[in-house]
Amino acid sequence: MNQQLPSLYPVLPEIVLACGAMALLMLGAYRKRSTSLVDLGAVALLILAAFVVLWLPGGTLTTFGGSFVLDDFARLLKVLAFVASAAAIVMSLSYDPVERQQRFEYSILIVLSAVGMGMLISAADLIALYVGLELMSLALYVVAAFSRDDVRSSEAGLKYFVLGALSSGMLLYGCSLIYGFTGTVSFAGIAKATQAGAGIGLIFGLVFLFAGLCFKVSAVPFHMWTPDVYEGAPTPVTAFFAAAPKVAGIAIFVRVAITAFPGIVPQWQQILVFVSIASMTLGAFAAIGQRNIKRLMAYSSIGHMGFALIGLAAGSATGVQGVLIYMSIYLAMTLGTFACILSMRRAEGPVEQISDLSGLARTNPAMAFFLALLLFSLAGIPPLAGFFAKYYVFLAAMQSGLFTLAVLGVLASVVGAYYYLLIVKIMYFDEPAPNFQPMPAELKFVLGVTGLFNLLFFVYPAPLLQAASTAAKSLF
Amino acid sequence: MTSWPILSVMTFLPIVGVLFIAALRGDDEAIKSNARWVALWTTLVTFAVSLIVLSRFDASSSEFQFIEKLDWLGGTGSYHMGVDGISLPLIILTTAIMPLCIVASWRAIQTRVKEYMIAFLVLETLMIGTFSALDLVLFYLFFEGGLIPMFLIIGVWGGPRRVYASFKFFLYTLLGSVLMLLAIMAMYWQAGTTDIVVLLKHSFPREMQPWLWLAFFASFAVKMPMWPVHTWLPDAHVEAPTAGSVILAAILLKMGGYGFLRFSLPMFPVASQDFAPLVFALSVIAIVYTSLVALVQEDMKKLIAYSSVAHMGFVTMGIFAATDQGIGGGIFQMVSHGIVSAALFLCVGVVYDRMHSREISTYGGLVERMPVYAVVFLLFTLANVGLPGTSGFVGEFLTLVGTFRVNIPVATLATLGVILSAGYALWLYRKVVLGRLEKPQLAGIKDMSWREIGIFAPLVILTLLFGFYPKPVLDVSSASVTALVEHYNKAVGGTKSAGLVK
Repeated sequence: MNQQLPSLYPVLPEIVLACGAMALLMLGAYRKRSTSLVDLGAVALLILAAFVVLWLPGGTLTTFGGSFVLDDFARLLKVLAFVASAAAIVMSLSYDPVERQQRFEYSILIVLSAVGMGMLISAADLIALYVGLELMSLALYVVAAFSRDDVRSSEAGLKYFVLGALSSGMLLYGCSLIYGFTGTVSFAGIAKATQAGAGIGLIFGLVFLFAGLCFKVSAVPFHMWTPDVYEGAPTPVTAFFAAAPKVAGIAIFVRVAITAFPGIVPQWQQILVFVSIASMTLGAFAAIGQRNIKRLMAYSSIGHMGFALIGLAAGSATGVQGVLIYMSIYLAMTLGTFACILSMRRAEGPVEQISDLSGLARTNPAMAFFLALLLFSLAGIPPLAGFFAKYYVFLAAMQSGLFTLAVLGVLASVVGAYYYLLIVKIMYFDEPAPNFQPMPAELKFVLGVTGLFNLLFFVYPAPLLQAASTAAKSLF
Repeated sequence: MTSWPILSVMTFLPIVGVLFIAALRGDDEAIKSNARWVALWTTLVTFAVSLIVLSRFDASSSEFQFIEKLDWLGGTGSYHMGVDGISLPLIILTTAIMPLCIVASWRAIQTRVKEYMIAFLVLETLMIGTFSALDLVLFYLFFEGGLIPMFLIIGVWGGPRRVYASFKFFLYTLLGSVLMLLAIMAMYWQAGTTDIVVLLKHSFPREMQPWLWLAFFASFAVKMPMWPVHTWLPDAHVEAPTAGSVILAAILLKMGGYGFLRFSLPMFPVASQDFAPLVFALSVIAIVYTSLVALVQEDMKKLIAYSSVAHMGFVTMGIFAATDQGIGGGIFQMVSHGIVSAALFLCVGVVYDRMHSREISTYGGLVERMPVYAVVFLLFTLANVGLPGTSGFVGEFLTLVGTFRVNIPVATLATLGVILSAGYALWLYRKVVLGRLEKPQLAGIKDMSWREIGIFAPLVILTLLFGFYPKPVLDVSSASVTALVEHYNKAVGGTKSAGLVK
């Protein structure tokens, strides 16, 4: 009688989401004109799931024979991922119904992708990791190509899919090598097997695994898809891509590196140092020449992933805390910025050129103020939240003695500041372009919340710092 | 000592003004006028509060006073404020100059007045915060935060090449500061705290000091600015609106000197001693070279900007001489330069508002139409030269005396700079004010209005007062300076006196 049903408590948020998604699918399929209802349902579902995560008993819960773990680390990141997904749906509400094609599937796909993120964040072995990753990615491929009559969108979806499949292949190859050399797929087992060091075969596996993960978080040298997909996908989809999946990707990156390979930190540290330096540098320099704001945000996100990975490269609890703070603040900055990009719309349709923002400070001072604030925050200028994000990852790098990384990182942040300043310059110093159409209420809401978060974070930073510190400790 | 957090009130009072201005509604003219009045009153009240601080300040103690401490970032930073004799003069300077800036912008700024006043008030909070922060992270927050409003002030209300100037200003300063941020982190891991009061007593390992010193130097040398990283300053000054130049010259530059006094010298004394020859060399080059550069300028603001670099050279030289006179003189020179350079930029602003030109060749013979202006301009020109009886003399003299005790060749060369400064300053005065009024466009130029005289009156009084009676400033700082020099000499041990004998 050993065969018992595994405890389903820890998976409750994912179950809620999955069942809810099915119910919404039925609703959408059998009731005409129910898109807005499905949208609202999906948002409610994601918020509910976030509350379920918080409501579940504390401590570390595991289930499914140890392949699914809900610890403080997972709790924080799940809440972030679910809220970011919900925000992405909210931000798509006002997107032109014609362009969005009135398809209820959009919200459902995002919910399904969120289920994948939940799985991914909680994965404690290589199989669960792969299942979560694919569940998340498959939904992403489809939403990337969601404007199916638009060539750019279809191209984006296809490109993402092909490259994504390639990276999944590399990841699986890495997993099989790791399994081959350690004889186990569970992170704890791998940790035990690599305690005394690792042979060349295992290192190979590790490199392939990291390559697959780098692709998901769009870190250099696996970033090529990012600018094209960001530019081609419908803007609400881009906003979604830039936020929640990045959180989940970084989460599993951290979990794998810290819990499965704690014995060979120096080996993977050098990979991450390289990836991080390359991402920051490329993100900073490649963004300078961009004219399209979505493409610019793509390079900006590549750079930001580089900064976030600094914390992981440090390989310490301080570092993980830094990563978590970074991702939380990154979410707020990105969602706010995309709320602005989504409201760049004139009578003839949406516009995406940076020059369209010209003179915004005079035509729409409130939006210009918030966007400038977010851009300064992205550049990491104190006293805005973005400064604290960078502060904590660099603090960890200095602790671990990664001086080269830290120096190159701050220099890259200065270069990066240049292109954010360029946008501020266009908004504040240049002559006004025709005004945009009024900003929809829900975008105002997202922009207001994220903008004030960025502006006032320094007044009372303790809750986030505390949560990140608790979450980081649960991995060590 | 006080029952209410007086430093926080003083620091964040301008933010209250910002909220008021942001809430203003009504037609354009009403908003403009109300924004000006709110900004003026806010800065005046802040000034009044700073005078209360001054009156309650115990000048005989070298300890930090009006301490406020709150938990903020957990272990990695706290909200810790306090002032001592080094920071207090600079705070008073800040709060005193601000109302003058607002009045000086009264007529000159006609577009986006609301935003302009908001930017200035935010800047005031950040500047006061910089001087009163007693935690490295908090200091950095205020120090760097000032870039945003200044960037906007130069970029939105500046001259034709404002974009170039604002970017150069922002990126130069940021580049210097990020290295300091890394040094702050390294200090945190070494000493386990970012609290300045604790760090002042901490002694950093000898091999670590040069790196930390260089990182801080990168930031403060750019801010100061020292040769050869001064090139952002002339551009920023030329393009900034008059009040922006005033703030830049009078206060933002002083953050560099303050940084050297607060961090470099007391926290890394050994490295400071090792690098002192470098600082002397750069200071002397700054004094002599930029004075020569100033001689050939055709733009009035640029000339004064280069003269600022030269005068800041005296400050760095005095500070790193690390003697009572040198450091006391450095602080005095900062205050004096704050008053004099502010006044000179305001003088340029007076004629710029009338003629919209900063070219020296536009003017000539102004004395015929503007006698009051001629007198005021003459006074500040002479103060800039360092004529005895003006505050400029006291600062230069003390720094030179202080340096003379340590390094005679440096002091001798720096004295050359005084002669050169007489050259460019008097030359400027002759071209602009003296001679015959021959240019037809100047025929109708009007002398200073009562508003303008009102701006200059306090500056004139202070320049003369501190010239004849410098005691108030020196007294406030003397206890802290003595403590700093003692601490420094103790830290570098006998090596210093040995060096003197050699």
